[in-house]
Amino acid sequence: MSHIWKMIGQRLALGVLTLIIVSLLIFMATELLPGDFAQEILGQSATPETVAALREQLGLDQPMHIRYFGWLADVLRGDLGESLANGNAVSDLIGRRLGNTLALALYAAAIAVPLSLALGILAALFRNSFFDRFANASALTSISFPEFFVAYILIFLLAGAGGVFPSMANFRADPAFSEFLYRAFLPALTLTLVVTAHMMRMTRAAIINLLASPYIEMARLKGMAPMRIIVKHALPNALAPIINVIALNLAYLITGVVVVEVVFVYPGLGQLMVDSVAARDMPVVQGVALVFAGAYVLLNLTADVLATLSNPRLVHRR
Amino acid sequence: MNVIFTLAAGNADFPFVMSDYHLPILPAQADGTIDPATMDGCGPFKIDNLEFGVRADYTRHDGYWKPGLPYFDGIEQIVIFDDAARQNALISGEVDYIGTADLNTVHLLERAPGINVLSVTGTQHYGLPMDTRAAPFDDVNIRQALKFAINRQQLVDTILNGYGSLGNDHPIGPSQRFYNTELPQREYDPDQAQFYLREAGLESLDVDIHLADAAFAGAMDTGVLFAESAAAGGINLNVVREPNDGYWSNVWMQKPFAGTYWGGRPTADWMFATAYAEGVPWNETYWSHERFNEILLQARSELNEDLRRDMYFEMQEIVANEGGIIIPMFASYVGAYSDSLGHPDVVAGNWRNDGHRLGERWWFNA
Repeated sequence: MSHIWKMIGQRLALGVLTLIIVSLLIFMATELLPGDFAQEILGQSATPETVAALREQLGLDQPMHIRYFGWLADVLRGDLGESLANGNAVSDLIGRRLGNTLALALYAAAIAVPLSLALGILAALFRNSFFDRFANASALTSISFPEFFVAYILIFLLAGAGGVFPSMANFRADPAFSEFLYRAFLPALTLTLVVTAHMMRMTRAAIINLLASPYIEMARLKGMAPMRIIVKHALPNALAPIINVIALNLAYLITGVVVVEVVFVYPGLGQLMVDSVAARDMPVVQGVALVFAGAYVLLNLTADVLATLSNPRLVHRR
Repeated sequence: MNVIFTLAAGNADFPFVMSDYHLPILPAQADGTIDPATMDGCGPFKIDNLEFGVRADYTRHDGYWKPGLPYFDGIEQIVIFDDAARQNALISGEVDYIGTADLNTVHLLERAPGINVLSVTGTQHYGLPMDTRAAPFDDVNIRQALKFAINRQQLVDTILNGYGSLGNDHPIGPSQRFYNTELPQREYDPDQAQFYLREAGLESLDVDIHLADAAFAGAMDTGVLFAESAAAGGINLNVVREPNDGYWSNVWMQKPFAGTYWGGRPTADWMFATAYAEGVPWNETYWSHERFNEILLQARSELNEDLRRDMYFEMQEIVANEGGIIIPMFASYVGAYSDSLGHPDVVAGNWRNDGHRLGERWWFNA
């Protein structure tokens, strides 16, 4: 087992390095955008004097490398700084939104992962049947539509006049769990429709791939039931690619859902990122970018560790 | 207790200036300064929760200085960027009022049961400013030619979907006190445009206009329609699409011909002094007119109503005929509310949301 701990340690160290590189890239990319925070926040009412005064007050008149390393030094001490736009601590702003984003991602994943695994297994079991084709066709259809289109269709069918669910997922701070499940149902369902196809088809393909191997042939010759063959013998060996695809989709659920947030008025991290880029609010942009990059690093690491653990040859190495 | 203001020069409209929402009364700190981020003001509500870019929750402040107000026990204010989501929220009853209705679909909203569309004509106007120092706009004939080459009625009908009124190339709206009623409304007239081109010694004119929808909603479409109508007057208008991002820093007052919007100011003096007087930072046309600057100062401290009216009428005429901005339309503030809400007969037009005093002035129907 020790080599697994070693792997985790190495990957975490590399992850920190990745985060630093990502933050540098984001910083330089936002520097390339026209206009800076002082101009954006003052907007139409900016005069050269007020822009200069605001820049000086916020330290934006200093050269780029000084600002970047100043920010990096603060972050390494655990201080993400304050938002230029409203003076709130970045960690507070992100904390609240991150909670919302994670809640929605988990909600969607709690529906999507079991659903796509079950559909994938059943599709492999009854492959080339009507059920298989139907499940594939509907999953591919729902992934092919843009998210906002799926969202509007769901609102049209399930919300609006005489609808069962609210079209708006916005709620007061700290809602009751049942209220959250009710209000966030449509966004979670939208995301489920968007991510299911990928996971389901990978499950199906990974299992079918194994069904041609000799040990499955042997199990079949023994007279074992097809469902048992797939769940007991094929699935454990197909886990590694499935876990990787699930991790990729979970990362997407955390980082890529801004369109769904906008349509359902859900206060998540994506909208915060978009608002902050538009305002050139660098500390917030950097903070959110770190969270997004961190989510990818951690989820990929988790996927690799689980994939390793699912393979006895890698766990018990000689 | 009295508060006394000492002004450096006379200003007949000073009481109006005090109504500006940028001037709140806030508690002084120990050292006499004001903390601009304080949550203590003298408004009708207390702020319970404030999440920037998401929502704010307020409850009624019982000690409000206007007796009996406000009528609401509390207000939830929610940010909804998406036009469809905003209108859905109103139709499905999630919210009672929306501050902005999408003008492309507002006729559908009007048909929804239990929904009322509220359109208030105020001082908000859209404009196309030209840099009067830069060729060819330094020639007043060219500016006049462009003003005659735009089809205002078509813009009000399509860009504003009828929710607005015609502009007459000066920033004073029909609902304002000193609106010049004697100045004829400028119409689309390609022959006049051609006449002014020839006055400038040209047969045809090629110009670029730099637009983005950040300037005002529908600015790109306005440019395309303008190009179409200007072609008949011998003007080849090339619409350059600029990014929304950074528009006010990189395009507005940087390119010689662009788009702009003004929320407007309640008094003529305030509006002219903000964007038309010589050398002020927001003089977006870099315009300077001796007679205009002179009577602007005179009118400010003049207390005789008739004399002031004459002076402001003249100023509007000067801006319309010699100024550097095309103002084709005044855009109404268009919101919508459900039947459960009631409001006074007169709704303010100085800002959106009943002059931002909806929370104090409106009520729930019993």
